[in-house]
Amino acid sequence: MCGIVGLLIKNPAMRDELGELMLPMLIGMTERGPDSAGLAVFGDRISKGKVKFNLFATSADFDWNLFEKAFDSHFGSIADLTIKGRHAVLSTTVIWESVRDWLVHSYRRELTILCVGSSMDIYKDIGTPGQVAERYGFKNLHGSHVVGHTRMATESAVTPQHAHPFTAGHDFCLVHNGSLSNPNSIRRKLEPLGIHFDTDNDTEAACRYLEWRLREGDTLEQAVQSGFEEQDGFYTFLMGTENKLALVRDAFACKPAVVAENDDYVAISSEFRSLARLPDIKNARLFEPAPEELYVWTI
Amino acid sequence: MDNLARKNSDGKETLLFDLSQTTVRDMNQFLHHNLDKSNVSNIRIIHPDGAHSIAVGLEVPVNIEIEGHAGYFCAGMNKQANVTIKGNVGWSVAENIMSGMVRVKGYASECAGASGHGGTLIIERDASLRCGISMKGVDIIVGGSVGNFSAFMAQAGHLVVCGDAGDGLGDSIYEAIIYVRGKIKSLGADARIEPLTDEDHKVLAKLLALAGFKHDTKEFKRVASARQLYHWNADANQEY
Repeated sequence: MCGIVGLLIKNPAMRDELGELMLPMLIGMTERGPDSAGLAVFGDRISKGKVKFNLFATSADFDWNLFEKAFDSHFGSIADLTIKGRHAVLSTTVIWESVRDWLVHSYRRELTILCVGSSMDIYKDIGTPGQVAERYGFKNLHGSHVVGHTRMATESAVTPQHAHPFTAGHDFCLVHNGSLSNPNSIRRKLEPLGIHFDTDNDTEAACRYLEWRLREGDTLEQAVQSGFEEQDGFYTFLMGTENKLALVRDAFACKPAVVAENDDYVAISSEFRSLARLPDIKNARLFEPAPEELYVWTI
Repeated sequence: MDNLARKNSDGKETLLFDLSQTTVRDMNQFLHHNLDKSNVSNIRIIHPDGAHSIAVGLEVPVNIEIEGHAGYFCAGMNKQANVTIKGNVGWSVAENIMSGMVRVKGYASECAGASGHGGTLIIERDASLRCGISMKGVDIIVGGSVGNFSAFMAQAGHLVVCGDAGDGLGDSIYEAIIYVRGKIKSLGADARIEPLTDEDHKVLAKLLALAGFKHDTKEFKRVASARQLYHWNADANQEY
């Protein structure tokens, strides 16, 4: 079991309240996923010519000051670093591949790259959704849309790296409720293409598969369609891109999902109870997404 | 308890449970252990907000109205009680219902009436996948459409669908009967369309009247078992 939540704010005036609106949704899914939680939030694009990395320190003692100095001396460029405990957002004008290679080479054990892009930030950690939310200040997040997850691990370890969302490429993320039975065969297909995996988690296989299809030129619809053929198992997937939320359930609709939509927002959750506190939910259009149908909402 | 009692004109009482103040567990404990000793005939439940297991395991004749959306397992294992949900329900409403009546004014999610032995389940809008899976005698009347794999391995009882039915309707069905007014996307293994008998028209008319749905029974198709799966056929070579 796991819980998924998504919220896309249509009314720009409400985007400052994204965190506040989303928090009861995430905490409402605690019983479905008490061991870890995470989210991807899509906020303001960073300025042109810059890229941002979300980093997670393996140890609470990691010295971010030392890291900042090492970055500056290696690249001869000042790192713009926003630190929240073990989490930091690094914004830079340095070409992203060089930064990635340097991070992997110099900080393989100390840092995990949570995501790369220009509008998405990822926070994920172990603990109850309430604890994780408190740790990273989810309540104060703002932006246009958010993809959240509460995890009850069934197939791989409980670590911050195994928590959702998973990401691949730039500004793409995926959360999953369910289990895949062939993540290893997907992995064996992708690794020879040079696609690197960070964990042994089944969701990472789906995330990297779909992002690979998108990079190969598939539309989201085509990528998801090829996923129906390639991915064996049960799933409700919620995906986020820079300007979209996308939702899909497997052919048997084995894992739940419910959608509430009105003029101000689209809210998605595994169960209605985590939507019950949203403003004017009584008048929202509620529906259950059909199996094997892709639902996409654009900001 | 935070419930409020009100005397009715017949001397019986109506109780109010506010689930923003009372837990489902406390309420259900009252319904299980104290209701039969009380003078209560009607119960209103407000602020259900999608909570699970509301009014499960009732064993006494009582009228219950739930004002809003309920979560999973609502009115599961119901005996004798008459439960109305003025909203939508999550998975497995009236699962294993034994008797009494459960009415959903909105939509029902998956596995509505699953394995129900008796009584009546009415869903005024659509029901999702696996409606009436393994039903064993319950009558389920759906005002809208039902999702894929409905009445899978249905053993006894009736499933009435006033809208359309999804894929695999009545797969591996035993002696339950399905009536469908709209389109059937596909039939499951061993399910077939048959003409309605005079008895079917009578049963269907009664069920539609019970639910308050005004349709002509002539508009419905009957789906029942071809009974080809009842006996092992070694010559079938695993193809049915």
